Amino acid sequence: MSIKNRWDHSLIFDIIAPDSSVLDLGCGDGMLLAELITEKNICGQAVEANPEYVARAIKNGVAVYQKDLDQGLNEFNNRSFDYVVLEKTVQQLYHPLFVLREILRVGCTCIVSFPNFYYKENIRQLLSSERMPVTSALPYKWYNTPNIHLFTLTDFMDWTREEKITIISGYAAKSSTVQPLKISEDNSEAEELLFVLQS
Amino acid sequence: MTDPLNAHQGKSTKFDLPGSPFSVGWTRPKRVILADENNPLSLECGECLAPVTVEYETYGTLSPEKDNAIFIPHALSGDAHAAGWDADWKKDNRPWRNSKPGWWDEAIGPGKTFDTNRYFVICANILGSCYGTTGPWETNPSTGKPYALDFPVVTVDDWVRLHIRLQDYLGIDKLLAVAGGSLGGQQALAWAIRYPDRVRSLVIYSSSARLSAQGLAFNAIGRHAIFNDPHFKEGNYYDFTPPGGGLELARMLGHITYLSYHSMEGKFGRNFQNGSKPCYRLNKEFSVESYLEHQGRSFVQRFDANSYLYLSRAMDYYDATTYGNGDLSKACSVIKAKLLLIAYSSDWLYPPESTRDLAKAILANNKPVSYIEIPSSYGHDAFLLEVAQTAPFVRPFLERV
Repeated sequence: MSIKNRWDHSLIFDIIAPDSSVLDLGCGDGMLLAELITEKNICGQAVEANPEYVARAIKNGVAVYQKDLDQGLNEFNNRSFDYVVLEKTVQQLYHPLFVLREILRVGCTCIVSFPNFYYKENIRQLLSSERMPVTSALPYKWYNTPNIHLFTLTDFMDWTREEKITIISGYAAKSSTVQPLKISEDNSEAEELLFVLQS
Repeated sequence: MTDPLNAHQGKSTKFDLPGSPFSVGWTRPKRVILADENNPLSLECGECLAPVTVEYETYGTLSPEKDNAIFIPHALSGDAHAAGWDADWKKDNRPWRNSKPGWWDEAIGPGKTFDTNRYFVICANILGSCYGTTGPWETNPSTGKPYALDFPVVTVDDWVRLHIRLQDYLGIDKLLAVAGGSLGGQQALAWAIRYPDRVRSLVIYSSSARLSAQGLAFNAIGRHAIFNDPHFKEGNYYDFTPPGGGLELARMLGHITYLSYHSMEGKFGRNFQNGSKPCYRLNKEFSVESYLEHQGRSFVQRFDANSYLYLSRAMDYYDATTYGNGDLSKACSVIKAKLLLIAYSSDWLYPPESTRDLAKAILANNKPVSYIEIPSSYGHDAFLLEVAQTAPFVRPFLERV
């Protein structure tokens, strides 16, 4: 797996403090938690809907609660995890704001990553081909994409202001490098974004 | 025409025969006395019981470190014969075992979910049952007659306490896993709550912390049918005709709770037993009728009515919240075992939401838990029938314990 696809994994791995508790939502094969458990002694819980991923995550030694995130996190108490991680999933949810509020309820700190639709290559493809963009961060056609709620950095910033969410830090993946986000700059260079949030 | 016996088995009508590389082969039940006058078994109801015999079977080989043992508690009508083919069926007068392997043969054997090439698998009959472990059918040493209704009321907690003695007898300090479905899953949970240092993991199928009011109601009607059978004679029927009609009705009713709307539609629909037209008669008209009657009658051949009363009552009483004075998450706070909970979508006896309630109580202790919901139309019985669907989760789970 290329580092570019996993840029948020390594960043999240660095952000999370040793010996903390982590809830990973949409955990996929569970490798992030598996590494955190082995190398940072965290207490990890995963949530995943896809049964094939559930089986792979269990194989990687991760405890997985199978459920559809759009149903919320009613199994989990307020502030019951030091970190809640929602990696590249928010744009796939039917009820993104409901789930974002849920993760801020359950986690002391939340880590959210998503593709920035205002990324210049998306805009270029859209304007030049008059078709929905297909990129490494959005590798789907319009008819088979799981990404039903695409949005931009500015959309996200509007939401954090409206709901008075505290941004602890932000990062942008621009081509193959990861940089701390500077909101004031032109962020059409940012293909994907990652935020550390608190409420 | 659908064979009513195999209709229940659904798609899996082929058994692994004793010579198959996937079968544990021929098995023989073992019996051991685990409580005597000097060391009686104290029961939750306050009474003491002695002597107590336990019938059990084992498959696979215990490792020199004794760290590969998996205990399989059985459900209401089960027995210690979980896998393979009983070589002693004739000697023990258990003719029903001649035609089929143990009740979880699909799950236990070489290369199966509970792989006997890796694990030492133990299954033991529960106290109060009628398959070799002490129960109401056994002679009461103080009267010289069968206990019948003088047998003390037993509970899931009592079963676990007795089976701990079996682990002591086998020299096993800590089980790799306790894995069971339905009432077997509730025993597994009781193991982890009552003896947190004796079990490293649980795999719980089709189960929850307690039976619902709906489940209590079905059990009550089953017992009512037995109590009101004219042959019941206050339980003292062992020298006479047993209360077969009552037990048959209890089983027929129970069986409906193990199936689902879709499994019954799929297997029977509105099919007539004979041909495509009604015969305009009151008995044995629809396939589902004759199926239930067949299930009821064959159950009477192999089960004791008094045992049914005691075991169904134990199922009623079980309530894991009592370990936490009514608070399930408090009850679960002592658990040290890794947990895998499996629910089946069409189970309405222990519905997925009741399994999720258990998961939630475990999570409330900041303890990780794996929970999966298997899409199935087989209802509560899915844990016996949809074994292949759970193997991709259970096998890696056990490997990571």
